[in-house]
Amino acid sequence: MADSHTASQYGLAHHFESMEQQREAGTLGMWAFLITEIMFFGGLFLAYLLYRSMYPNDFAAASSHLNWPLGFVNTIVLICSSLTMALAVYYSQIGKKRLLLLFLAITVLLGLTFLVIKAFEYYDKYTDHLIPGFLFDWEGPGNPQRVQMFYWIYFAMTGIHALHMIIGIGIMLVLIYMASRNRFTPEYHSPVEISGLYWHFVDIVWIFLFPLLYLIGAHEAH
Amino acid sequence: MSEHIVSRKIYFAIFGALMVLTLITVLVARVDLGVLNNIVALTIAVLKATLVVLYFMHVRYSSRLTWVFVIAGLFWLGILIALTLSDYLTRGGL
Amino acid sequence: MGTEALEIAPPRTHYINVAYGVKSWLLTVDHKRIALLYLASVTLFFFLGGAFAVGIRLELLTPQGDFVQAESYNRLFTMHGIVMVFFFLIPAIPATLGNFLVPLMIGAKDLAFPKLNLLSWYVYTIGALLTVVAIIMGGVDTGWTFYTPFSTNYSNGNVLLVGIGVFITGFSSILTGLNFIVTIHTMRAPGMTWFRLPLFIWSHYATSMIFILGTPVIAITVLLLALERIAHVGIFDPQLGGDPVLFQHLFWFYSHPAVYIMVLPAMGVISELVANMSRKNIFGYKFVAFASIAIAVFGFLVWGHHLFVSTQSIYAGMIFSILSYAVAIPSAVKTFNWTATLYRGSISYNTPMLYAFGFIGFFIIGGMTGLFLAALGVDVHVHDTYFVVAHFHYIMVGGTIMGYLGGLHYWWPKITGRMYPEGWARFAALVVFVGFNLTFFPQFLLGYMGMPRRYYAYPDEFQVLNVMSTAGASILGVGYLIPMIYLIWSMRYGPHAPANPWGAFGLEWMTSSPPPTENFPETPVVTWEAYEFRPYEETEVVGGSGVEEADIPEPGPRTRH
Repeated sequence: MADSHTASQYGLAHHFESMEQQREAGTLGMWAFLITEIMFFGGLFLAYLLYRSMYPNDFAAASSHLNWPLGFVNTIVLICSSLTMALAVYYSQIGKKRLLLLFLAITVLLGLTFLVIKAFEYYDKYTDHLIPGFLFDWEGPGNPQRVQMFYWIYFAMTGIHALHMIIGIGIMLVLIYMASRNRFTPEYHSPVEISGLYWHFVDIVWIFLFPLLYLIGAHEAH
Repeated sequence: MSEHIVSRKIYFAIFGALMVLTLITVLVARVDLGVLNNIVALTIAVLKATLVVLYFMHVRYSSRLTWVFVIAGLFWLGILIALTLSDYLTRGGL
Repeated sequence: MGTEALEIAPPRTHYINVAYGVKSWLLTVDHKRIALLYLASVTLFFFLGGAFAVGIRLELLTPQGDFVQAESYNRLFTMHGIVMVFFFLIPAIPATLGNFLVPLMIGAKDLAFPKLNLLSWYVYTIGALLTVVAIIMGGVDTGWTFYTPFSTNYSNGNVLLVGIGVFITGFSSILTGLNFIVTIHTMRAPGMTWFRLPLFIWSHYATSMIFILGTPVIAITVLLLALERIAHVGIFDPQLGGDPVLFQHLFWFYSHPAVYIMVLPAMGVISELVANMSRKNIFGYKFVAFASIAIAVFGFLVWGHHLFVSTQSIYAGMIFSILSYAVAIPSAVKTFNWTATLYRGSISYNTPMLYAFGFIGFFIIGGMTGLFLAALGVDVHVHDTYFVVAHFHYIMVGGTIMGYLGGLHYWWPKITGRMYPEGWARFAALVVFVGFNLTFFPQFLLGYMGMPRRYYAYPDEFQVLNVMSTAGASILGVGYLIPMIYLIWSMRYGPHAPANPWGAFGLEWMTSSPPPTENFPETPVVTWEAYEFRPYEETEVVGGSGVEEADIPEPGPRTRH
């Protein structure tokens, strides 16, 4: 193991003994952070679970007004972005800078696509008066208060998810900048890997949000 | 311990599986199966999440410590939900 | 012997004098300097929280509500709770002593993420400042527990602003916990296996587990509270189909483990003090280590005991009650083991040890009364009375703050390179002990007799005990002010301390006082077990440089080659 007084390796922080230790610490650190994210979203999933069990029919009626085809497209978009992110990590591992940059850029574009589609969805909710606490007006079947319950959960969960997407895109842009400055090598590329972990996690949250929010009432004709 | 590089073939295979599973989710949701709808939807979601965690997030090739972290996070979410449900499910008249 | 291999002479350059200027402190990434930044902040908030306590105790001198108005009283006890819990007790030991000592104790140069460490202090400060702004604007009157629907629908206080402050400061906890866990896993010096770690490290690892797993839930809870207060969508409002008890479940899922965040680090300090001040290995080291983890894990399973009378299902109440009894077991294991360590030990009755004794005694009382509260039937009688208030103050003040002060004194020479005046310190410890008992023991009696908490007026027959409590509080306040004075005094005028003034065991004592920025000139290699004391000629080790370093046959560190 390297002594701190000897010439330091590229990318090795002063307080670590080796690249191995640094990489292990970085990965564990990101996983520890992702655990906090699991618990953070977990509180929302709990609220969803409880209120859906209490008001199943109202939730189904409310959910049927969500645009599930758009949600389906968004799911595909995010899964594609996970693939491109994984490929970006792959190319960083073997030091192929151009392909790394390409796949980071595609990941960003896919992320932006997701957000644009989400924006359209939100806009539709606005025109349909389905934003709780903001001129909410429900005309369909079911108890309006309980339908509103669904919608605040929908906005809270997808809104916080979208916020995480925005942060993720920001992180990708930083990576693109760093990669374009030749900061990554096959020995030092853990920022790419660690950001990948974050990106995949945000994808996983959506993997659960889509069926739970969009597909409850999908089998009923409306 | 040198870093394990997952091949692109595996990434594409997992991607394919995720696409198929997403399609199945939507198709099954269009059919009324009663309580089975929820079970199928959640099972598929868990399966998709597992594939992402194991392969895209490299947990399949990671140290045991990483596994412990992942499982601990999920377990704690379980505690939050299970013990809270222990209240709501036993209140009677919900 | 390896002592000739490591020079532990008084240092010319150490982490404090290596650079001067405000920027070198505000932009530092040295964990030791960050610890001092936190020390300054938490001390400030301790006295702010104490000021609110003064208001409370002054009002309670008389049975009538005559010092302040009812709503003002509500704001007093709320701000006392919020400031003390979130801005003092939770960060106090981990962010000051923990930040300073974790890398030293494991033989590392710094924590795993030094910049995140600095960020955590800034995040803490920003959240704290927001809360101070909220206080200036009148504070909050909901109780630190923010129960709905009062906090969401009816309170006139600055709920949102305080909520945001708490939300932001929570991230500081998460960053600290993340840093500790990763550091302890990946940066232990060669030879420092898990079971050679000081028990202080085990406690902080357990605390960090709670930081990571619990804090996010209070974050989402505060977010939902804010959403409800702004939009009134019905999350916790029964009139709109929501359940106010859901708030309580979410709130206490974090806030119960939070009390273990507050006490586990103090227990870690006590383990160090008991072992080192009796010059014996802790009795049942592995049991104590695992008990720390057990407390952290079990602590997540008991939150429903705060909801016994909330309309929570009686069956859930039974489950939570049994689990609450279970969580007492590892705490008891620790207490028994500390006591067994003391038996036939060579005990030094100095200030840190006095605080440790105080901790053990008060923690037993606080812990046992916790068991009273865990019994469903008893809790129905004493819930929301002063019995509960006395219980948690015994743990948090009699426990955590004693542990904090004991640790602060014990590691003061290491942190500052100076010794504090032992005479004054022992006197202050005694004043704290007397003041504490006089303040809080009467509250057990008051609660049992039925005096509710959070009331500013009470029946006449409770006055005598309330006056005793207020008198005790004033003595306690003096007891806390004295160390403030002499500790600050000692930083300038105290005698210089050697590397190991206590003849204590641990890597932190094998580097200079204060340590250099990189902690150790050479990375230590650990070849000895935890607390492996060896007998040597008994000399007076307190204060000054009365002991020659070379005379102590310590299991010295071997340098790397």
